[in-house]
Amino acid sequence: MTLTAADVKKIAHLARLNMSEDDIAFYTPQLSNILHFVEQMNQCDTSHIDPVANPLDLSQRTRPDKVTEPNQREAFQKIAPEVQAGLYLVPKVIEDEA
Amino acid sequence: MEWETVIGLEVHAQLSTKSKIFSGAATQFGAEPNTQACAIDLGFPGVLPVLNAEVIRMAIKLGLGINAEIAPRSVFARKNYFYPDLPKGYQISQYELPIVKKGFLDILLEDGSVKRINITRAHLEEDAGKSLHEDFHGQSGIDLNRAGTPLLEIVSEPDMRSAKEAIAYLKVLHSLVRYLEICDGNMQEGSFRCDANVSVRKKGDPKFGTRTELKNLNSFRFIERAINFEVERQIELLESGKKVTQETRLYDPNKNETRSMRGKEEAHDYRYFPDPDLLPVAITMDQIEKVRAELPELPQQKRQRFIDAYALSSYDASVLVTSKALADYFETVVKESGNQPKLAANWVMGELSGALNKANLEITESPVTAAQLGKLVQRIADNTISGKLAKTIFEAMWNGEGDVDAIIEKRGLKQVTDSSAIEALVDKIIAANPAQLADYRAGKDKLFGYFVGQAMKESGGKMNPQQLNEVLKKKLNA
Amino acid sequence: MKTVAELSRDLASKKISSVELTKHYLDRIKKFDKTLNAFITVTEDQALENAKKADEKRAKSAAGPLTGIPLAQKDIFCTLGVKTTCGSKILDNFISPYDATTVQKFNDAGLVLLGKTNMDEFAMGSSNENSFYGPVKNPWDLERVPGGSSGGSAATVAAGLAPAATGTDTGGSIRQPAALCGITGLKPTYGRVSRYGMIAFASSLDQGGLMTRSAEDAALLLNVMAGFDEKDSTSVDKPVPDYTKKLNNSIKGLRIGLPSEFFNQGLDADVAKVVQAAIKEYEKLGASVHEIHLPNTKLSIPAYYVIAPAECSSNLARFDGVRYGYRCKNPQDLEDLYKRSRSEGFGAEVKRRIMIGTYALSAGYYDAYYLQAQKVRGLIRQDFSKAFEKVDVILGPTSPTTAFKIGEKTADPISMYLSDIYTIAVNLAGLPGMSIPCGFAKNLPVGLQLIGNLFSEEQLLTAAHNYQKVTDWHTKQPEGF
Repeated sequence: MTLTAADVKKIAHLARLNMSEDDIAFYTPQLSNILHFVEQMNQCDTSHIDPVANPLDLSQRTRPDKVTEPNQREAFQKIAPEVQAGLYLVPKVIEDEA
Repeated sequence: MEWETVIGLEVHAQLSTKSKIFSGAATQFGAEPNTQACAIDLGFPGVLPVLNAEVIRMAIKLGLGINAEIAPRSVFARKNYFYPDLPKGYQISQYELPIVKKGFLDILLEDGSVKRINITRAHLEEDAGKSLHEDFHGQSGIDLNRAGTPLLEIVSEPDMRSAKEAIAYLKVLHSLVRYLEICDGNMQEGSFRCDANVSVRKKGDPKFGTRTELKNLNSFRFIERAINFEVERQIELLESGKKVTQETRLYDPNKNETRSMRGKEEAHDYRYFPDPDLLPVAITMDQIEKVRAELPELPQQKRQRFIDAYALSSYDASVLVTSKALADYFETVVKESGNQPKLAANWVMGELSGALNKANLEITESPVTAAQLGKLVQRIADNTISGKLAKTIFEAMWNGEGDVDAIIEKRGLKQVTDSSAIEALVDKIIAANPAQLADYRAGKDKLFGYFVGQAMKESGGKMNPQQLNEVLKKKLNA
Repeated sequence: MKTVAELSRDLASKKISSVELTKHYLDRIKKFDKTLNAFITVTEDQALENAKKADEKRAKSAAGPLTGIPLAQKDIFCTLGVKTTCGSKILDNFISPYDATTVQKFNDAGLVLLGKTNMDEFAMGSSNENSFYGPVKNPWDLERVPGGSSGGSAATVAAGLAPAATGTDTGGSIRQPAALCGITGLKPTYGRVSRYGMIAFASSLDQGGLMTRSAEDAALLLNVMAGFDEKDSTSVDKPVPDYTKKLNNSIKGLRIGLPSEFFNQGLDADVAKVVQAAIKEYEKLGASVHEIHLPNTKLSIPAYYVIAPAECSSNLARFDGVRYGYRCKNPQDLEDLYKRSRSEGFGAEVKRRIMIGTYALSAGYYDAYYLQAQKVRGLIRQDFSKAFEKVDVILGPTSPTTAFKIGEKTADPISMYLSDIYTIAVNLAGLPGMSIPCGFAKNLPVGLQLIGNLFSEEQLLTAAHNYQKVTDWHTKQPEGF
């Protein structure tokens, strides 16, 4: 897949990365090359193969329904960029973006 | 042009576990902001999710409750998008392989017929936090206490054809999750939330119309209003030659309207993929059977039993099984009344429900216990008191004056059923009203009521009405 | 330069105290790290305090075999109260509020943390040139890379700034730098070591492990590091053997597989010679050698460069400037906060991988990229299970070349990716792997890779230890340190 500048812009937005025109010009051919490279995968026949998401053929373990985590708000928020009244602050959230 | 409404519903039921779906933080409602958000809920670097066993048990319960297939293998996936109330930048949910597959619920329509609503799937996922929009110097505040609270998303087929049907389905589902004790059903606190997919089509058209998704529906009343508004809006658009846009719309209860959510034009690309931090969930037949053995009697089964065992109408039975507490209350009343199910049903659904509504109380908070009401019903049935007096006594019981017999005793309200006493009283009344007697005998039948009134007044309402009628008729016509 | 095993005996016999030992290494760090840039953070005060505690435990005979041994941790392991950066500007101000399970385990065993080692940003890289804190130098040649991503740990152990260090391996990040720096590296089976608190790059591939001066040291430390962790759903509940117990068992009759795909074009001729000599040494020890095939090896890099970026694109979404880490100045709105915090916080290679992964998972491309990569992963796993029907251990080169020059491959990401051709398939299959020093090519160390079946760490360590008993490559030291 050869990506266009528009493709890279779209991907960057999905990944919430800022891309200047220079950045786009820098990344577009690199990303295209990487995609060409990984497309070698398509040479092999995998029709009879099950996809592997995890190397272990195990199933999910569960834990008992117990409250084990104490309130550590103070410790956690000591390293937060901006907090007030126990809340993390961010630029105004417009409800409709949800 | 005749239009048909098509509705499908997505319900998010918060599971009433003690701890979160993937962490050991508490799930209590209303805690101080971010005091119930641990490193895992906050998405700190390096933390990992571990699944709460109880959510699996609860999902199996729901699966059994909606007659569904429970997947022997289901997979958690990541739904990727950026939002401040979503700390990891993805929500752990189930996508291609949900834990509960096809099921159904039967609902009772107003005409008394039963309609089957199919359920596509139910899957487990984690809830997000909350953005608070009070002004923090032009910023929003993020509370992540709710992040990671377990949810079951229950998705119906587009099988409902009116807002009324949608509400009927929601009420059946709402009652079911509370019977199963997997969700407290509190809509105000957001424990039971609903999104509605609504479209209209020309009657008889096999194809569905373009649908809109309604959000922010947090009471049965609002859901009904929002759907009705949206249906009207869509019909108006179509009848004026315009098109319905597929979009998400927010219901505003203050204005009673739905409006388009901005910023939705940019199509989401959630990039679902299996969560590599979690392994597939395996459920065995043994596990399912163990849960099945522990299931309580479910509303549908209970309803049928009420019809069969108590000869109740299908409507009465449906109302009485709405909540387990109400059904239990009713059954205690029946037992204490000496098996008077019809009368018990009338009292529970009539006088009691009315009083509870007026006082804004739950059945579990009723000042009149089921045993007390049962005794009252018994006294009506054995003719100790009349129905009319019973209402006065009920009021006294509500106000804490004690049991029925004590109130009857204290107030001297026992009904007179001794025929000689009734005859003596009737004789007295007739003797005191010669003019009325003459008129009555001359053909003024209406005066019969006058005599009944006089007799009741004289006796303080304690005369057995049937006996009084008989004696009066006999004496007046003699 | 002493091994952990030797130091452990010295501490037990009171020949040296932990405080003395800790001071010795802290002095070496002060002296040499300006040159190497192997550490991001040195925890001097805390180290001396813990060394004192370790000595007190030793005095009360309440010590374990490793109490008082100094250790360096890769800066990917969250460490309570200590800056934990993962080599990234986005975490430059992140003082971890909790300990990774691995950190906790080494603390509990009484080891003394010297500091946090430099690494490629978020473990993405094979040269350690992708660190926000600058490149690490290879102690064998300061113009060359130490390998990556655990380059800081590798240089630290090679130069004797710590007797041992932790690393993590997603596509070769322990084995390749171990090879390039002439030390012993062990990547355990996926699920053997807890990932809790180890900052995720690609969750289905990441595995913590060890970088040491000998296989015996790796065994001693794996005894502490391995084991089930209820906080990690992918951790395996399987008993942990004493990995030192069978080290001296004979390897007579051990069936060694040589994958033909590991010895064809692309492998440096001098490296090939050194590896062949090592194989001869194994034959002398009584092992039998068999040619095997891993036909899909070539596809491992393409599959890896879909799976790892896909997982990282999601794993790194949490770095958004809201709850911790770098936040851009004066964000205009929410989108600006996200985009500038992330763009200013992440380096170029991390951005490349996030974008590749985002693309591979996006609507319309999932099947062609992500699903296909998972199927190739299935093929690669199949290759290995077939191979392990015939052989016990697979041997080959760890890396196709010795350490390359700093800056040599930075302009071409794909040439850099290809340096992991022999290591990546092991991660895709979840297998344990080691790299041990087996000689030099043009004065640069060469690593021999040993690959075992799932949970065969004991056997791998025995095979490595037997080799190290009859060779001295692992005792060689770079000049000037």
